[in-house]
Amino acid sequence: MTATPYRIIVCDGTSCINKGSRKLTAILREQLDKHGLADRTTIGLSGCLGMCDKGPIMVVNPGYTIYGRLTEADIPEIVEEHLVNNRPVARLVIQEDHLYNRFFRVFGDAKFFGKQMRVTLRNCGIIDPENIDDYLSLRGYEALAKAITEMTPDQVVAEIEKSGLRGRGGAGFPTGRKWRLTANEKATPKYVICNADEGDPGAFMDRSAIEGDPHTIVEGMAIGGYAIGAERGVVYIRAEYPLAIKRIEKAIADARAHGLLGKNILGSNFSFDIEIRLGAGAFVCGEETALIHSIEGARGMPRPRPPYPAAVGLFGKPTLINNVETWANVPVVILDGANWFRTVGTETSKGTKVFALAGKVVNTGLIEVPMGTTLREIIYDVGGGIPFGKRFKAVQTGGPSGGCLPEQYLDTPIDYESLTKAGSIMGSGGMIVIDEDSCMVDVARFFLEFTQDESCGKCTPCREGTKRMLEILVRITEGKGKPGDIENLERLGNMIKKSALCGLGQSAPNPVLSTIKNFREEYEEHIRDKKCRAKACKCLVSYEIGDKCIGCGACKRVCPVGAISGSPKTKHTIDQDKCVRCGLCFNTCKFEAIAKV
Amino acid sequence: MAKTSTKERATPATHEEKLAELKAHMAELQKQENAQSQLISILHKAQSLYGYLPNHVMDEIAQTMGIPTAHIWGVATFYHYFKLTPPGRYEIALCLGTACYVKGAAQILQAVKDELKIDVGGVTEDGVFSLAPARCLGACGLAPVAMIGEKIHGELTPKKVVQILKDYRKQAEKDK
Repeated sequence: MTATPYRIIVCDGTSCINKGSRKLTAILREQLDKHGLADRTTIGLSGCLGMCDKGPIMVVNPGYTIYGRLTEADIPEIVEEHLVNNRPVARLVIQEDHLYNRFFRVFGDAKFFGKQMRVTLRNCGIIDPENIDDYLSLRGYEALAKAITEMTPDQVVAEIEKSGLRGRGGAGFPTGRKWRLTANEKATPKYVICNADEGDPGAFMDRSAIEGDPHTIVEGMAIGGYAIGAERGVVYIRAEYPLAIKRIEKAIADARAHGLLGKNILGSNFSFDIEIRLGAGAFVCGEETALIHSIEGARGMPRPRPPYPAAVGLFGKPTLINNVETWANVPVVILDGANWFRTVGTETSKGTKVFALAGKVVNTGLIEVPMGTTLREIIYDVGGGIPFGKRFKAVQTGGPSGGCLPEQYLDTPIDYESLTKAGSIMGSGGMIVIDEDSCMVDVARFFLEFTQDESCGKCTPCREGTKRMLEILVRITEGKGKPGDIENLERLGNMIKKSALCGLGQSAPNPVLSTIKNFREEYEEHIRDKKCRAKACKCLVSYEIGDKCIGCGACKRVCPVGAISGSPKTKHTIDQDKCVRCGLCFNTCKFEAIAKV
Repeated sequence: MAKTSTKERATPATHEEKLAELKAHMAELQKQENAQSQLISILHKAQSLYGYLPNHVMDEIAQTMGIPTAHIWGVATFYHYFKLTPPGRYEIALCLGTACYVKGAAQILQAVKDELKIDVGGVTEDGVFSLAPARCLGACGLAPVAMIGEKIHGELTPKKVVQILKDYRKQAEKDK
């Protein structure tokens, strides 16, 4: 028996909860009681640790042992072996590489964390997001105190300007300049807004950041309010994120109870409070003027800028809007100083960037890397490469506003300029890895279908132009492409980029233009040869039964059009004239006897 | 502050009780400045009570808040989240976000459509299921995913999703 006091952290992010982490916590408590360990073991619930594919995750301290892929049956074993007998259960430990030790102190030595640098996610996975004392113990609200007591608002703005921090929502506008413009406005009251309307499909950075460390956002916004002279803040968050909403609500209430929000914060003349407004599922509301209209209770449609929200924003007043991740950087810049912040990153892009890594990659999850890290390092070192021995085809950054980059761009260092130069954008942080099984024409169609559906309809280029582009793309994927289609897509795309009203329309053609630029031969094959090399476009694929067929008849039974014939225990055949290419036979066959050709 | 648990199932039983709760919510918001800007919060509340936004409820909101029904209709139809027809007992939100797309959400959708014999936006004849696509449920690590009711089902295959639907149907029959 050992007398070590243990602290066990159970990941309480959405992904791990879905995989049953809460049940595990309950069993853990039972087991601790059973072994009489309850009084010297504390259990902490943390936000997303980022290793979503290995969930549910549990970390045992001291020792930083990370357990993953846990089942209910594993808990008694861990308690008995690790906590009682002091023998970590090697079979369940997921850290693998002992050379990377940059995060040893905090995260143990999992290879996954080796190339990462956690600045905005510094507390995610470490503190209990629903416990303000946890946050306070890690220098929480010290930056706010420093700003209010040691700095003038002007000095705070100057510090942010000096840091080189740029908007993490995607476009990369210098944050300091935005703050300066709003601070210079004379009209009152002013407002501070946190844009947590993460509508990009395939992105969950903001959700995880709020779920894992909501107080950082509250603190950042309060500092912003002090700097520009605002007393009211609004968090605009998607209604689809109930857990994030609950946690930020609790963080605001706790901060208020501790005198860190409300009237005369920390005994100063500065008063600031935050309210929450829910979105209702409209992608365009991530655009700042549309977002403001939505908070005002109207349809979330953008308007021409200027005037910028810095001058005419919420309820017609000067408004400072920043994205969740930008706000999370603010306390760091104030506390550690602009000089430190500038040491991280590249010449034009300072600091770190959070990405939601997903798609065809071994480690899917939430990562944070310094600017300047290459795509290859992210996908192969942090992400662990492509599963099932498939070949890498492209990486998509920036969601529906971004582009697809093929292999030759893998050594591009991540910053705003180099990604734009390569034909994509930084975007808010969605990063989807695509392997050889995806058709790039269909990927372009997928994104355009999304933006076309989300187009608010206010301006003609976006409303009509994306519709026409989508029609052409659908035609190509159905094998009805015509010569000249590619040129028409390029012409339309460039026209929409130049003439649309807001960021949604201006960037909507990007996925199409970038796939044409980098994968033009795939478009040509679809149009000229009526072939889809990835065998993803249904209309361009046919099915054939091979020699593995044992004549079980399963495919014959599911075929909706009776195209399959053959007697029992003999090889079946498909009548290609009758086949509608639904793929049901392919999915049904247990013997891999049916091939796509 | 907006009441946020929009996914809550209707707890008050009668129409009068629901209406009373909605009115109390509006009265609370009317004490704040820029009360009309709270329209979306009110619609969230109404939908959490009724499961969708019935016409007469939108009229009620119009009367109380002094906002034209036409404006409310415009807002309700603009946002995907708001429903204008009653949903099924189990709402299936099938994620068609990028990560799910790359991992084969289209096949899952087809399997669900075939099993339930409804199209996207439809409700099954017995009212047990309704099917709506979701843009991204933010559970990309589990792709492809679907949310049925409030539970997320991840790493789906066409076969797995059909089995899950059958389980829900059994549950619905038992509850009857």
